[in-house]
Amino acid sequence: MSSDNRPFITDDSKVLTDTRDARMAGQGDRFNSKLREAFGSSPFILTKFDKFMNWVRGSSMFMLQFGIACCSIEMMHTYSVKHDLDRFHAGVPRASPRQADVIIVPGTIVSKFAPRMKRVYDQMPEPKFVVGMGSCTISGGPFQEGYNVVKGAEEVIPVDIHVPGCPPRPEALVYGVAKLQERIANGESSPVTVKPYELEQFSDLDRDEVVQKLADQIDEDDLVMRYNWSDSP
Amino acid sequence: MSLERPDEREEETAVEERSADEIGELLGDNVIGREEHINAPAYVIRPDAVQETLSTLKSEAGYDHLSCVTAQEYEDRYESIYHLKKYDDPTQEVSVVVPTDRENPVSESAEPVFRTADWHEREAYDLVGIEYDDHPDLRRILLPDTWQGHPLSRDYDQNRPQVVTLREHANPLQEDYKAGGQDSDTMLLNIGPHHPATHGVLHVETVLDGEQVANIDPDIGYLHRCEEQMCQNGTYRHQIMPYPDRWDYTANMPNEWAYARAAEALADIDVPEYAQVLRTMGSELSRMTGHFLALSTFALDVYGDFSAIFMYGMRDREKAQNILEDLTGQRMMYNYFRLGGVVWDLPEPREEFFEKTRDFLEDLPQALEEYHDLISANEILQMRTVDTGVLPPEVAKEYGATGPVARGSGVDYDLRRDDPYGYYDELDWDVVTEDGCDNYSRLLVRMREVEESAKIVGQCIDLLEEWPEDDRTIQSNVPRTLKPDDDTEVYRAVENAKGELGVYIRADGTDKPARFKIRSPCFSNLQTLPEMSTGEYVPDMIASLGSLDVVLGEVDR
Ligand code: SF4
Repeated sequence: MSSDNRPFITDDSKVLTDTRDARMAGQGDRFNSKLREAFGSSPFILTKFDKFMNWVRGSSMFMLQFGIACCSIEMMHTYSVKHDLDRFHAGVPRASPRQADVIIVPGTIVSKFAPRMKRVYDQMPEPKFVVGMGSCTISGGPFQEGYNVVKGAEEVIPVDIHVPGCPPRPEALVYGVAKLQERIANGESSPVTVKPYELEQFSDLDRDEVVQKLADQIDEDDLVMRYNWSDSP
Repeated sequence: MSLERPDEREEETAVEERSADEIGELLGDNVIGREEHINAPAYVIRPDAVQETLSTLKSEAGYDHLSCVTAQEYEDRYESIYHLKKYDDPTQEVSVVVPTDRENPVSESAEPVFRTADWHEREAYDLVGIEYDDHPDLRRILLPDTWQGHPLSRDYDQNRPQVVTLREHANPLQEDYKAGGQDSDTMLLNIGPHHPATHGVLHVETVLDGEQVANIDPDIGYLHRCEEQMCQNGTYRHQIMPYPDRWDYTANMPNEWAYARAAEALADIDVPEYAQVLRTMGSELSRMTGHFLALSTFALDVYGDFSAIFMYGMRDREKAQNILEDLTGQRMMYNYFRLGGVVWDLPEPREEFFEKTRDFLEDLPQALEEYHDLISANEILQMRTVDTGVLPPEVAKEYGATGPVARGSGVDYDLRRDDPYGYYDELDWDVVTEDGCDNYSRLLVRMREVEESAKIVGQCIDLLEEWPEDDRTIQSNVPRTLKPDDDTEVYRAVENAKGELGVYIRADGTDKPARFKIRSPCFSNLQTLPEMSTGEYVPDMIASLGSLDVVLGEVDR
């Protein structure tokens, strides 16, 4: 073809866009962030690696797509139009716990679900953070006196931020997430300690009355969670 | 549709209605006593004649809808109550009361007559401890298998420790899971309880043969929050009303009506007309929020990931929620109803509220057109939903399905019209049905119902605007402490966004209910899932689950 040996750019004037100009001249706003401006003329900063990592962690959070109860409806509102949690670098829910680093616990946790929630939490890679959404994750909320309700997420997993409300407004959840980011950037997170309700092997439980009774129903090496309702706060 | 309906209906009713004595005669010797519930006559029958009685009522008297099974424990006996209705005319009701003694609470199962009794009786066994002879699979349904005791029985000790296993989640990779024990190459697939497509915490145990579903068993109870116990611990006047909001938490306000309707019938409370209009308007707006969410999550299930459609749905939901927030002060948990009325009037200035609502209604046709472009007219979606998840009308009735699920199968049943309450029978609107019986029909029903709701809201707004200023009573006089008479029983249902939401209350002369039972439409609807998806592909099962639009808060209660 006749165009084969033509130079790649035939007409300089048409390709010279503002962008290229700006790039060549190393100026213009397109690549300039507020942060860059703050650094002034020097492109280097001096910081501790940990600090930098924490800042990065807080600024790019992958949430677990995790719905439990009524609060998850408000959580969905927080993710979508109008409130748009993505504006705060935290709006991409991941379906698998293995890809997530923040779990929002949006709802009532009952006895049947707590072992599963613990399992999901365990599957998330470190470092991981937990936002408890709603009164139910604080104390059991309106269902606190129920025979089947775990009195707060903190009985099972460590919680970094509690957002009160029933349900909390999306604004409140956004605030909670922002607070979490702040804490992460400061390198704080709640300590991972032994919780009252843990997954244990059935054979490790004390052989009390209940356990004796269940002995022929449950295998020795089954994972179980034992609820001592009378000790719950 | 509704224009031809009324006279047709009257004919049917005229033919079928039987008096209480005639029914008593029909049942013959099996009846050992009569009771009078506020909503219906009740027949006490022998515990070994349940199947005979129910099938007589079903085939000869036309009571083809087992709405609910209530179980309860008295000081001297256990009791199961079967609440029967007719799909053709739900105002015709009977209750069948089956007493069993305390030492040996066994009665005959109703499952061979009504398939829906399967789950209802399992629940009764689980929570109250009545056993059912001849039940195909009597195990716990809401509580874990290893639970000790029956929490709604009288001598249950709530402080006793419990042990719950993680065992239900067998690892599908460990060994081949044989369905039915033949030499088949089947595999067990656990879907949920944490899974993006299960709409909450539902666990579906599926056995797959290739990509087809060989067997499926929905495992519920991951959100069993003891709603019935909570309501039994609360006083009628104020402490119960906040809970209904948390049953079906996508469309909250119609639930409040279920409690209000039952309690108002129980304590004989009148509701002023003006409050009825407010209730009707609020409930319909709320129904729309529920349907918007159902639409958008359905699209999410079928197209995957956080898609644009989801955002569209949330946009409109947000608008409706804004209006409701103006009205009630809360975005979701409205707590707007009071026994005998509503808590407050429209916000001032009223014109602003009307204008805002009218704006919303005006934009709605365009929004719906967008939905039709995006969803229902979309070829991909049609391929996935048309003729998948088929639920024939007879099967739907067998399972006690109601709401959009039944109406998507051509069952013309809507309590707002058939058992009118509130202001519905004064307004002009239609009941939507589709005959496709598939996932697509159920979707269409919801979309068209949004239009009908908009019609109702529009008429309510007009009414409210014209309402004379000196006649705006929002609550009737209700005594501060309500103590309905001892031993009165009532079962009343309303149409919420998911179907027939019923409440059974037994009063014992105190200010708290002695038994509070919730009949959840999602509970019955979810039971149809195996019917719709056995033999189909897995992705179609997911679509069916989405089209059922279950809300786990209501399934598990
Ligand atoms: S805090 Fe309230 S809104 Fe949230 S899950 Fe609990 S009951 Fe539902």
